[in-house]
Amino acid sequence: MDTPILRNNFKSEEYQINMGPQHPATHGVLRLLLTIDGEIIKKVEPDLGYIHRSIEKMCERDSYQQIVHLTDRMDYLSSHINNEAVCLTVENALQLEVPERVKVIRTIIAELTRIASHTLWWGVMGMDVGALTTYFYGFRDRELINDIFEETCGARLTMNYNIPGGLMFDIHPNFVNRTKEFIAHFKTKLPEYDLLLSGNIIFQKRMQGIGILSKEDAISYGASGPVGRASGYSCDVRIHHPYSNYDNVKFNEILKTEGDTLARYQVRILEMWESLSIIEQLIDNIPEGDFFAKTNVVIKLPAGEYYQKVETARGELGVYINSTGTKNPYRMKFRSPGFSNLSLLNHIAVGGKIGDLVATMATLDLVIPDIDR
Amino acid sequence: MNITKSIHEWLFSLMPEMTASIVEMVLIAVIYLAIFAVAGLYLVLLERKVAAWFQLRLGPNRVGYLGLLQTLADALKLVSKELTITEKADKFLYNLAPYFVIISALMALSLFPFTQEFQAFDINIGIFFLIAISSIGVIGILLAGWSSNNKFAMIGAMRSGVQTISYELSVGLSLLTMVLMTGSLQLSEIIEVQKHGWLIVQGHIPAFIAFCIFLIAGTAETNRAPFDLVEAESELGAGFHTEYSGMKFAYFFLAEFINMFIIAAIAATVFFGGYLSPFGITESIPLLGIFWFLAKTLVIIFLMMWFRWTFPRLRIDQLLILEWKYLLPLNLMNLILMAMMVLLGLTIQF
Amino acid sequence: MTYFKDIYYAIKSLLTGMSVTGKYFLNARKGAITQQYPENRATLKMFERFRGEVVMPHDENNEHRCTGCQKCELACPNGSIEIIWDRQVDPETGKKKKVIDQHIYHLGMCTMCSLCIEACPTDAIVWAQNFENSVYDRTTLTKVLNKPGSKLMPGVED
Repeated sequence: MDTPILRNNFKSEEYQINMGPQHPATHGVLRLLLTIDGEIIKKVEPDLGYIHRSIEKMCERDSYQQIVHLTDRMDYLSSHINNEAVCLTVENALQLEVPERVKVIRTIIAELTRIASHTLWWGVMGMDVGALTTYFYGFRDRELINDIFEETCGARLTMNYNIPGGLMFDIHPNFVNRTKEFIAHFKTKLPEYDLLLSGNIIFQKRMQGIGILSKEDAISYGASGPVGRASGYSCDVRIHHPYSNYDNVKFNEILKTEGDTLARYQVRILEMWESLSIIEQLIDNIPEGDFFAKTNVVIKLPAGEYYQKVETARGELGVYINSTGTKNPYRMKFRSPGFSNLSLLNHIAVGGKIGDLVATMATLDLVIPDIDR
Repeated sequence: MNITKSIHEWLFSLMPEMTASIVEMVLIAVIYLAIFAVAGLYLVLLERKVAAWFQLRLGPNRVGYLGLLQTLADALKLVSKELTITEKADKFLYNLAPYFVIISALMALSLFPFTQEFQAFDINIGIFFLIAISSIGVIGILLAGWSSNNKFAMIGAMRSGVQTISYELSVGLSLLTMVLMTGSLQLSEIIEVQKHGWLIVQGHIPAFIAFCIFLIAGTAETNRAPFDLVEAESELGAGFHTEYSGMKFAYFFLAEFINMFIIAAIAATVFFGGYLSPFGITESIPLLGIFWFLAKTLVIIFLMMWFRWTFPRLRIDQLLILEWKYLLPLNLMNLILMAMMVLLGLTIQF
Repeated sequence: MTYFKDIYYAIKSLLTGMSVTGKYFLNARKGAITQQYPENRATLKMFERFRGEVVMPHDENNEHRCTGCQKCELACPNGSIEIIWDRQVDPETGKKKKVIDQHIYHLGMCTMCSLCIEACPTDAIVWAQNFENSVYDRTTLTKVLNKPGSKLMPGVED
């Protein structure tokens, strides 16, 4: 029966399928062109540009105060850290010394942002692997952080709380109490995350050994943040190039060596504990003082190139400003963590099943406006 | 059941025997359709409420008192929606598929003894018939996925085929374990046996294992989470019913919930004594059998909902590993254990 | 034997997960975090710093504090603020002075960045805590902040 005609008839065929731009698992308008053989993924081609707003070009039009609010719209889940990155770059360029109070407040809010981003990620991660309840538990805890932000700076998502030189206004009198309440609340809820999802046998089997990224690949693809650290690549900007108040607090860099999706998941869960400890160290010791350093109304950076990187919830965000001495940057460029993390998706997802791709993508924690800008 | 008897006599006195029996059948069918619709709609509502309570939400509470009319409103909306179709779909199969699914679910419903007399169709191969009919539904899903001419639907349908064929084995074997004790496939007789203690008590350890396996396999057969690979909204969008809209989508949706009811009802009948009350406390009022039957069924449905709103989804290969490496060997061992127990007379009877 | 051990640990982990959701199910009555929005309008209070929309407060004499310095217009990144102004002779001093005719605010273009309010030297514009801004026609989102016939509060200088 082994005639060539018969074999040809039963030849399996690869086919292409569009995952996105409207797909529940891509969390936004990312289009993945998948080449699939049955359930097995042969190739993943990300197609970007569906939410491109040319933020970098708009920055060339705006003054340095105005640029800050555009960065809210890049990685909207860590908007405060994006703001901070731009402000730090401008302050460094001006060689402006910001008050201690600003540094501490910025650090606390940045860590709160990280927790907020990770709780949302945890909820969505659960949803992507089919446990819908996690979504609501994650959002419940994130809501408390959003309330803290709203009370202090008036917005829940696009904060625009930093200005070059400091903060827009002082923290709200309730800020410290609310943050302490949140820490107490979250310390009881975080173990529940582990009981509900991390320890679950189905979840563990789903996540173990898929989407493996080696340390070498992590470095060569430019992976950063939890994605890089899960592969053993020590890349925490907060430790290696401390900014704001990170050189005065003690915390561990979470490193795992497995490099699979479970490791990336665990890195984020443990990072929330570290963020909690950073906030706890600082919340009682906010120094008195001004909440901004005086700058000119029209900020003109001295001609030259400036670069500053910070650690957002997703990884390393770099801000590059090329100034010619005018009130606008000549060229502005953001090195966003999501873009380089997305670039390794094809590398780690090939050979897995469709379900693996969804789980892998969830642990990369992509925010599409951050990739497209 | 005096009312049914008098209706029966009245019908037969009114017209010739042939017409009368046809009219009677139609009446029964209409009654079952009504049960079907109401049960389906309120199970959807129950699912939404239970999900909300698990997820710190309130659930539907705007339409009607406590949201009791919510699903009716949804049904009205679905009826009034446009039925869309893809251009390159296989139109005949595309339209046929929802009926396949819904009719198989409806046929299975007719077998259950709600009380001693309230049973439409008491055949001597009851359980066998139930298993057979409940797995016909998968043909509808396969048809839907194939005829939609959509790759996502196609993947969903293929997964469904793999899943149902595998888990059919476990459902059958776990029920077979219990049949060893009853010695009959007829549902009314299975319940008769349980007057001396429910089968899960009579068969203790092996019966409990069989119940667990049945619950897992049953959840898988109804394509509910954590085994909802067929729909898997984060992977396939909506799976096999991606291209369906309006009432045709509603048929799939309702059938899923009716299938859940059927699996729970089988479990209640075979393991927990069906309409029998615990310790025979309400044996003098046979009509209360409906209450006991529904109560037991709802408890098992609640368990299935609990699973759905707690667990993440399995991957397709893990789904098969679970069946072929764990459930099936355990089931076969369990079957032998039960056979030995029946042989040695180790069952507990009151 | 690891086969049965695996099964034991698997079932244990599943039951732990179910106990977490089960606990929430039992406390569903008081645990619900849903806010029933249109019903709780009366009790729903936004924080005082909440950025709803930009408004210009007027006192009882229909006087505002806007001198027409246009600092907000310059600070706005999106051009949501336009000020139409004129020079008029001040009857007291006899000098020519900027007087606003219309302070136009395009809510539809506003990104709530708060830069205009920070820039305002006289606190003429502030945030309102109003959040129900949806309309049927986007032209209604273009608002004139100073009331008709209003004038500058005496004594406000930039």
